[in-house]
Amino acid sequence: MPRMKKTIAVATAFLFAAVLSTPPQGFCKGTITIKGSDTLVILNQRWAENYMQDNKDLVIQVTGGGSGTGFSALITGSTDICAASRPIMKKELAMIKKRHNVTPAEIPVARDGVTIYFHEKNPVNELTMAQLKNIYTGKIKNWKDLGGDKARIILYSRENNSGTYMFFKDEVLKGRDFTPLAQSLPGTAAVVNAIGKDIKGIGYGGAAYAKGVKFCPVKATEEDKAYLPNEENIATGKYPIARDLYYYMLKEPTGDTKKFIDWLLSPEGQKIVTSVGYFPVKK
Amino acid sequence: MKKPLSEKIIEGFIHISAAMAIVSLVLIFVFIGKEALPMLTSHEVREEVTVTQMVLPQSPEPGEPKEFSWQPVSRVPKYSLMPLFVGTVKVTVVALLFAIPLSIMAALFTSEFAPSWVRESIKPVIELLAGIPSVVLGFFALIVMATYIQNWFNMDFRLNTLTAGIALGLAVIPIVYTVSEDALSAVPQSYREGALALGATPWQTAWRVVLPSAAPGIFAACVLGFGRAIGETMIVLMASGNAPVMDLSIGYPFRSLSATIAAELGEVVRGSGHYHVLFFIGVLLFIFTFLINFSGQLFVDRLKEKMAGTK
Repeated sequence: MPRMKKTIAVATAFLFAAVLSTPPQGFCKGTITIKGSDTLVILNQRWAENYMQDNKDLVIQVTGGGSGTGFSALITGSTDICAASRPIMKKELAMIKKRHNVTPAEIPVARDGVTIYFHEKNPVNELTMAQLKNIYTGKIKNWKDLGGDKARIILYSRENNSGTYMFFKDEVLKGRDFTPLAQSLPGTAAVVNAIGKDIKGIGYGGAAYAKGVKFCPVKATEEDKAYLPNEENIATGKYPIARDLYYYMLKEPTGDTKKFIDWLLSPEGQKIVTSVGYFPVKK
Repeated sequence: MKKPLSEKIIEGFIHISAAMAIVSLVLIFVFIGKEALPMLTSHEVREEVTVTQMVLPQSPEPGEPKEFSWQPVSRVPKYSLMPLFVGTVKVTVVALLFAIPLSIMAALFTSEFAPSWVRESIKPVIELLAGIPSVVLGFFALIVMATYIQNWFNMDFRLNTLTAGIALGLAVIPIVYTVSEDALSAVPQSYREGALALGATPWQTAWRVVLPSAAPGIFAACVLGFGRAIGETMIVLMASGNAPVMDLSIGYPFRSLSATIAAELGEVVRGSGHYHVLFFIGVLLFIFTFLINFSGQLFVDRLKEKMAGTK
């Protein structure tokens, strides 16, 4: 028995020590919560980590869950910032109007572009958005219809839970389903490697480089010029498969939130955008 | 005589250890079943997907011809299991057609014809094949085998059913081989002596006497190989191309039931229709292997009885 008492005493002492030695969190610290798009989650985390290093009195909480989840959190008021990889929908706008009687503030914070990959020996040198849609929905099946050699087009795609898959489906296929013949691979690296080994292959993904693979310039319509997915063309919007990534707030940001957003739009903040594989916003 | 306490404790401990295996098996099935059950009971889930939709064809967009398609992330999510089912069956058949003849012939050779030193070296080497992690086999198929098979058979698709089936066969061979070899070696020596004494050649002895006598064991080996092939995930995930195509050709890529669970469960929204469908697939796989093993066992028992009767 006495031994047990001793154990309890030691445990209590440790507990007290632990409680006393932790700084009283939440008393003098401001908190910003960011919730939403899984596409933005890594970028949000990097921004938050870097910003908190210089601003010790601020806590930034980042969670993912998808753009839709972010908007519903914004509507119920359980998040300060909603990170979204798409513009707000009319329905969501109406719900915010109804509940809070405000128009939410929209701030583009980064840009995302999807690159089309070919094998380097593929003679085809550009595609239109309409051709891309027809290729991936299975209407165009042969390279000869695109000005290439007579050979079947082998489609490489991403797993259906990836953000890139969703973006490609929304922007290029306009919400139509992929043809079942599109092979799904895990990650851009796998897509690029597969195309490096397959002269008949076509694939899409984030920015990546590999031996034996070339980027396909894309034009918005038949009359346009084709553009390569580089930083300039994506920032200016000339490259057609690009989108803005947004922060939404119930009102124009003030105080800590405004400082944070000003910082992430500054050259220092936008450098982090490039380091995680996205593109800076338009100046 | 009363047992000493220590013996009782040890006995109890051994009982518990044995019970653990059964309990964990039951718990696994209960858990998977619980996650799959909302497919049938929950109103919310049934609005998104019903069992009929998983079996019958659906239109991709209103007004278009119906087809079997697996497109869980879509304006109208489509959860037809038929393409996945066809893919799984297709690759399993290819793998077994490749693996079973090879491994039975190898087993017949090592047990009946090979000199003992050859037998002593071949058996451990084939059994070592079972020790290769399936992710390594999958990677080998993806990087090396796919290129050769595509060139030899002049196929359009680099990742196709033939490549994945052969890679899967490599994983099945050691199981079928080991169990068949044990069955052949267990045939009493007197059978062989009797056959040879009657003037049969060594080949006739092996093919007409020893092989039929070992049939129940060899059949059990094939059933085990089937169970391995249908549930194997990593090899098909890497070498199949994962395209949910509804086509019987072995030159096409496919998407298997097991690989679908592996690829999609990581990111799926918990509690959504998609989530429950993936668990439902898990239950289906569990039932398939259970039924096959069970009916295989019944068949083996009957075969054994029949052979004992005619002796």
